Amino acid sequence: MTATERPIRVLIAKPGLDGHDRGAKVVARALRDAGMEVVYTGIRQTPQMIAEAALQEDVQVVGLSILSGAHLELFPRVLEELRARGVDDVLLFAGGIIPEVDIPAVREMGFAGVFGPGTNTADIIGFVQQHAPRRA
Amino acid sequence: MPPTTIDTADALVEGITRGDRRSLARALTLVEADSATGRAVLAALYPRTGRAQTVGVTGSAGAGKSTLVGAIAREQRRRGRSVGIIAVDPSSPFSHGAILGDRIRMQDLTSDGGVFMRSMASRGNLGGLSESAGGAVDVLDAAGFDVVMVETVGAGQDEVEVANAAGTTVLVTNPGAGDEIQSMKAGLMEVAQVMVVNKADLAGADTAVAQLRALLAIAEHAAWEPPILKAIARTGEGVPELVDAIDRHQQHLRESAHAVEERRLLAERQVIALARAALHREALAAAAANDALAPLVAEVALRGRDPRSAAEALVLAIRRAWAVEGERS
Repeated sequence: MTATERPIRVLIAKPGLDGHDRGAKVVARALRDAGMEVVYTGIRQTPQMIAEAALQEDVQVVGLSILSGAHLELFPRVLEELRARGVDDVLLFAGGIIPEVDIPAVREMGFAGVFGPGTNTADIIGFVQQHAPRRA
Repeated sequence: MPPTTIDTADALVEGITRGDRRSLARALTLVEADSATGRAVLAALYPRTGRAQTVGVTGSAGAGKSTLVGAIAREQRRRGRSVGIIAVDPSSPFSHGAILGDRIRMQDLTSDGGVFMRSMASRGNLGGLSESAGGAVDVLDAAGFDVVMVETVGAGQDEVEVANAAGTTVLVTNPGAGDEIQSMKAGLMEVAQVMVVNKADLAGADTAVAQLRALLAIAEHAAWEPPILKAIARTGEGVPELVDAIDRHQQHLRESAHAVEERRLLAERQVIALARAALHREALAAAAANDALAPLVAEVALRGRDPRSAAEALVLAIRRAWAVEGERS
């Protein structure tokens, strides 16, 4: 198997306390159907759990889904935990309910993509395929 | 710091020795991909393997393997042992993608520094699973984990082979799986050293145990008689006894009169499995390079030729390609 054939590995995670993961699962399935290997860790993940899973699974991409409105509190903590573990070369994207007014702040944190309700999954697939860092 | 700095074999081996989890994670990626760096890492680490208790857990989909692996890991942690886990999930045969969901059953273990868990997709590539998962087990072993578990769906040669490469193979089944147990006669029964009827709170658990016992009675056994246990992975009931049984088998591996012979057999199985996978890959590559396969397939599809003689012709073409290659080098 050559490096170019290797599937992109993605972590889809849900930080915080909201219990609805329909959106996260739809995205996970779409990415799988596009040929990616998607690690899904379930609901109610702490920032530490998400960062540790990203490290252990050596994913190239981390997608966070959040519906509770705590994104401005939780996202920076996830990033902090990732950085503390030296995981500094992953592509980050976010989804769920993120108000328009917060999107610039979320992007500023380092989330290259923010995908709200109604996003076509093809857009997310294209985004990941285009921006995922390659592993040597 | 550019991300590639840890990606040389030497740096990875050094990092793993130091206990750096990021180096470990990256090494697993490279070993899984069977890259040159991954191979170099494995070669350097291999002399340090053999310390861990290696355990394969297999059984049909839905038998509760992930939950059981999580429960075993918790019990091992209670006993003060560090745990490495490789969980294999099937890749889609259509998209080659995969959803790797085993962490859902082991969420609490993610924040435990004494546990390292890696999900792996079967990638359905030519026996490659035994190469990559087996290599991953070796890396975790060399990294110093006391227990290394590998979990696979017990369907298909590859998956069984992976579980079989572990020192102790645990077969997980359920109450009411009678027909399934019957069909295992010729397969999984022979590779399991410990059998567990999981979800033992459901009706029919004792029947399942009796069925397994009856099957074992007609099977031929060497020095080790596989124990048959009941467990409820969800609550942890029966799990300490299961870990005791695994310990007993590991002790048997070390101390029995057959220990040397069993280690030799295990090594033989591993070398043959790896060589077979490598040959398979190389042969198909040679056939593809010579365009030997497609015309033969077309003939057989039209019933103009029988598949056996076509296979012989293909082997001949592969041999010729290899001979030419040999002359060139």
